[in-house]
Amino acid sequence: MEALLHQILSGLAAGGIYASLALALVMIYQSTHHINFAQGEMAMFSTYLAWTFINAGFPYWIAFVATLGVSFVAGILIERIVIRPVERAPVLSVVIVFIALLVIFNSLAGWIYTYTIKSFPSPFGGSFFPQNPYMSPHEMGTIGVTFVVLILLYAFFRFTPLGLAMRAAAQNPVSSRLAGIRVGWMLALGWGLAATIGAIAGMMVAPVVYLDPNMMAGVLLYAFAAALLGGIDNPFGAVLGGFIVGVAENLLGAYVIGTELKLTVALVLIVAVLLFKPSGFFGRVIVTRV
Amino acid sequence: MDIATKGGIDARRLIGVLLVVLALAILPFFLSDYRTFQFTQAIVYAIVLLGLNILTGYNGQISLGHGAFFAIGAYTAAILMDRFGVPYWATLPAAGVICFVFGFLFGLPALRLQGHYLALATFALAVATPQLLKYKRLEEWTGGVQGIVIMKPDPPFGLPLSQDRWLYLFTLFVAIVLFVVAWNILRGRTGRALIALRDQPIAAEAMGVNGAVYKSTAFGISALYTGIGGALGAIAVQFVAPDSFTAFLSISFVVGIVVGGLATLSGAIWGALFIQFVPNFADQISKAAPWAIYGAVLLVFIYLMPGGVAWMLRGAVAKILRR
Repeated sequence: MEALLHQILSGLAAGGIYASLALALVMIYQSTHHINFAQGEMAMFSTYLAWTFINAGFPYWIAFVATLGVSFVAGILIERIVIRPVERAPVLSVVIVFIALLVIFNSLAGWIYTYTIKSFPSPFGGSFFPQNPYMSPHEMGTIGVTFVVLILLYAFFRFTPLGLAMRAAAQNPVSSRLAGIRVGWMLALGWGLAATIGAIAGMMVAPVVYLDPNMMAGVLLYAFAAALLGGIDNPFGAVLGGFIVGVAENLLGAYVIGTELKLTVALVLIVAVLLFKPSGFFGRVIVTRV
Repeated sequence: MDIATKGGIDARRLIGVLLVVLALAILPFFLSDYRTFQFTQAIVYAIVLLGLNILTGYNGQISLGHGAFFAIGAYTAAILMDRFGVPYWATLPAAGVICFVFGFLFGLPALRLQGHYLALATFALAVATPQLLKYKRLEEWTGGVQGIVIMKPDPPFGLPLSQDRWLYLFTLFVAIVLFVVAWNILRGRTGRALIALRDQPIAAEAMGVNGAVYKSTAFGISALYTGIGGALGAIAVQFVAPDSFTAFLSISFVVGIVVGGLATLSGAIWGALFIQFVPNFADQISKAAPWAIYGAVLLVFIYLMPGGVAWMLRGAVAKILRR
């Protein structure tokens, strides 16, 4: 029983990470209907930046905030420079541009930081949370961070004019433009936010999987599964999907199929959701007019 | 217009193609065994890119997971040769058929997926492939992480050729057959149906094109080409192991068709030369350099030359002829 509880709780911790990255995917999908294949590698690169800051002697939380700032600006720049020219291009071009970004970030990280695996510190030391047999401090911290991010985002999109403008731009670009919202910049801000959230996910997962240029491949796959499961245009669905996927992955890994087929589970989940309920649990069903 | 979409072929072009084939056939006699081996691999990639181009270029279905079919073809050849002592040439049809079945089956659900979603599903396939190949229950067949080592075939009838030269000629022969078949598929009714489904799916269906049949068959044929390429690749490298079939292999195929030229036959050759030889040179700068170059080249081609090398050359030739 205790082992089961332990599996569920650490599944929730992993789920928090998937939820964050899924949230970043939703952020971009909502406004542009693009699935960002480079999201994982962007998060990975942000994590390397954090590693650089920490190694330069900055305290963890200052490095954390600095990384978020840099990631936000980088996200905006990527949208402005790389994505904007293909905004109206065919899907194939857009997918290829994302793949190009994925490859570029991966090789840049490999080039600058080499492919050797590095350890990454966790900010949640032993005394941060009460000791208990079920969860490590880092797992508790991860769940805490996920909820803080969620509450902040909810508040931002619910109560601030900028957040409301971003939602309006995503839902109805034409009318928003008439109402004086600069839709193009809202998309760029969305990219900035997505990069920031991704960076948080990266820094939370790095102490667990260790830092290397390919660390996000599996996490990204799970984030895709999570986002699809919850509905890729629904932030709350994506977060819920993240937690479900995290727990399911841990339970299946511990009791049913073992850890060696984890990625295959994600593959099956993705294909199954796409086939049987492409809109996910909470997504809008898209009806196209011919 | 690619030759594939025109009805026939004129005499001048036929002579040109024959000259290229002749040049390719005598090429290995001027090269060392190692260079010959590299060109064999380039031809293997050309076969794969041709297959991927039928699916992505002509039919508009995005696949980021063709490395998986390449792996299935390679493992089919390796297992048949290693376990059952099947001669190397007989493994190709087997690899083709098995990959056709897998491709067709994957193509059925893919019918419901479009654009980004199909890219996502195939991407997941690509990422999961190495793990599947390492799976313990399959280890008896696949050799697990260790992979399978196979022997390089000797030339038949006591021909005075080195193994590498013979394999090159054999691969070239297979490639020519496959290119002629692809050209025949694409230049007629089937090719037009595939292109129509890519450009105007609803109109095509309204005109009586059976989308489900054409699309899943295109997936199957594409996988068949890729599988034969995989089998030839395994024979040439003499070794298969799970970590040769990562998601990056699938991505390099995408790089190949974008660089070579989408929806062109000759593009497969340019793309293959690119993904075979550019990493070789770039490797000397840094281990990461080939991929940095791939990424940059992808962006440059999408923004500036979306037609790839094949269309660029065609434009250049047309300009010269007009003068």
